[in-house]
Amino acid sequence: MAYSEQVIDHYENPRNVGKMDEDDAHVGTGMVGAPACGDVMRLQIKVNDAGVIEDAKFKTYGCGSAIASSSLVTEWMKGMTLDQAGEIRNSNISEELALPPVKIHCSVLAEDAIKAAIDNYKSKQ
Amino acid sequence: MKLPLYLDYSATTPVDPRVAKLMCDCLTQEGNFGNPASRSHVYGWQAEEAVENARRQVADLINADPREIVWTSGATESDNLAIKGVAHFYHKKGKHIITSKIEHKAVLDTCRQLEREGFEVTYLEPTTDGIISPKQVADALREDTIIVSLMHVNNEIGVVTDIAAIGEVTRANKVLFHVDAAQSAGKIAIDLETAKVDLMSFSAHKIYGPKGVGALYVRRKPRVRLEAQMHGGGHERGMRSGTLATHQIVGMGAAFAIAQEEMAADNTRIEALRQRLWEGVKDMEEVYMNGHATQRVSGNANISFNFVEGESLLMSLRELAVSSGSACTSASLEPSYVLRALGMNDELAHSSIRFSIGRFTTEADIDQAIEQSRNAVIKLRELSPLWDMYKDGVDLDSVQWAAH
Repeated sequence: MAYSEQVIDHYENPRNVGKMDEDDAHVGTGMVGAPACGDVMRLQIKVNDAGVIEDAKFKTYGCGSAIASSSLVTEWMKGMTLDQAGEIRNSNISEELALPPVKIHCSVLAEDAIKAAIDNYKSKQ
Repeated sequence: MKLPLYLDYSATTPVDPRVAKLMCDCLTQEGNFGNPASRSHVYGWQAEEAVENARRQVADLINADPREIVWTSGATESDNLAIKGVAHFYHKKGKHIITSKIEHKAVLDTCRQLEREGFEVTYLEPTTDGIISPKQVADALREDTIIVSLMHVNNEIGVVTDIAAIGEVTRANKVLFHVDAAQSAGKIAIDLETAKVDLMSFSAHKIYGPKGVGALYVRRKPRVRLEAQMHGGGHERGMRSGTLATHQIVGMGAAFAIAQEEMAADNTRIEALRQRLWEGVKDMEEVYMNGHATQRVSGNANISFNFVEGESLLMSLRELAVSSGSACTSASLEPSYVLRALGMNDELAHSSIRFSIGRFTTEADIDQAIEQSRNAVIKLRELSPLWDMYKDGVDLDSVQWAAH
């Protein structure tokens, strides 16, 4: 399969790989997917008192497109408010990464991860 | 562009240059281009002689009579001809077929088709290391069983089936035994004088011959009958019509003859390379060799690198031409049905890579494969939440995953 340059770039140089303390009240963690399906994404956001995402980290088990999708959204989310981040759609991701149709589910999973991280953060407040 | 290092010899092999030379001599006007079925002139006679010489070469490798060899277009056609041919010829005797869950699609899809035609198929389950035992076959036999079809060597995991022992069971019960030997011919000694196999499929391109040609061994004593699947002209004693492709057949014959000469030396060298590869990666945590440890063909190393997904691993191993047990490259997201049939969990099946080593692989190639695999696995585990969880002592089976 041929990958787009954007996917290869994120795959070769993933941004914001890492893990934050799940128990920190400022941290929201979203984990989506299943090993059986071949993708698991863990996306974490650190939100300041003004409701702005200060930092984002991810780790992903999955194909190159799944890794690139999660890497891309961590870049996008930094500096966004929770509301802005919540408006990121999978179509934005698949467009930016030029994902082929069989890889659209990777961008859907990344959108789900964002929502799960935001929900987790909100549940702690 | 620098081509990746080829470690996919189970998928196909390059034609040995010695074979290619002989094939080229059968194509042009100056060469042996005649139709082997032409009886009225020397062009036909020469072509026929070349074809019959190749038939002897193939028969010699497996200790059979040349008259028991039928040329086909490859192992897929041979499998179809053997199983459908027997089912259609012997359908009045019975409608039950036995095969296994880890057969090649050429056998499984043929069996599915026969099920649609009203035959009944039992799919044997292998052990976790990929073995189908003679006892399983014996236990599955019914009054109306007409044929058992099992592969000699599995294409994904390289495990060898004990066809001699299974042949004793089938012969004693007067059931025909078909063996797909596409992955074993030229790599394991086959003696059809002693092994009670009735039909055997072969391919040329797995052992340094050309693609597009294969053969089916059809036993003469006791005689096996087949209903032809291809009609027109009555070639190959009516079992498979169509003008014989002299150059392809000559190539297959030469490849089999070379295999007979060099099999022992090739195997020793390839086995050592496989061992070198395994020694080079096995010290990393959570790395598994799939399939039986010793009952396997020399060139196959199917290795799971747990907590790393197969397609991303292949992406990191761009400089290696290998294949993955993960079918994520297709739209299905299903891991390999062979690995699943061994009872392997999805993560491990998704994380498997098949390295297959062959005649032209060197030690330097293996060292390069080891280095690249290690680097890729380390990099991807750094990225893997599953690896994190494993390191934190989380039992992944206890996690409620949201399947998607």
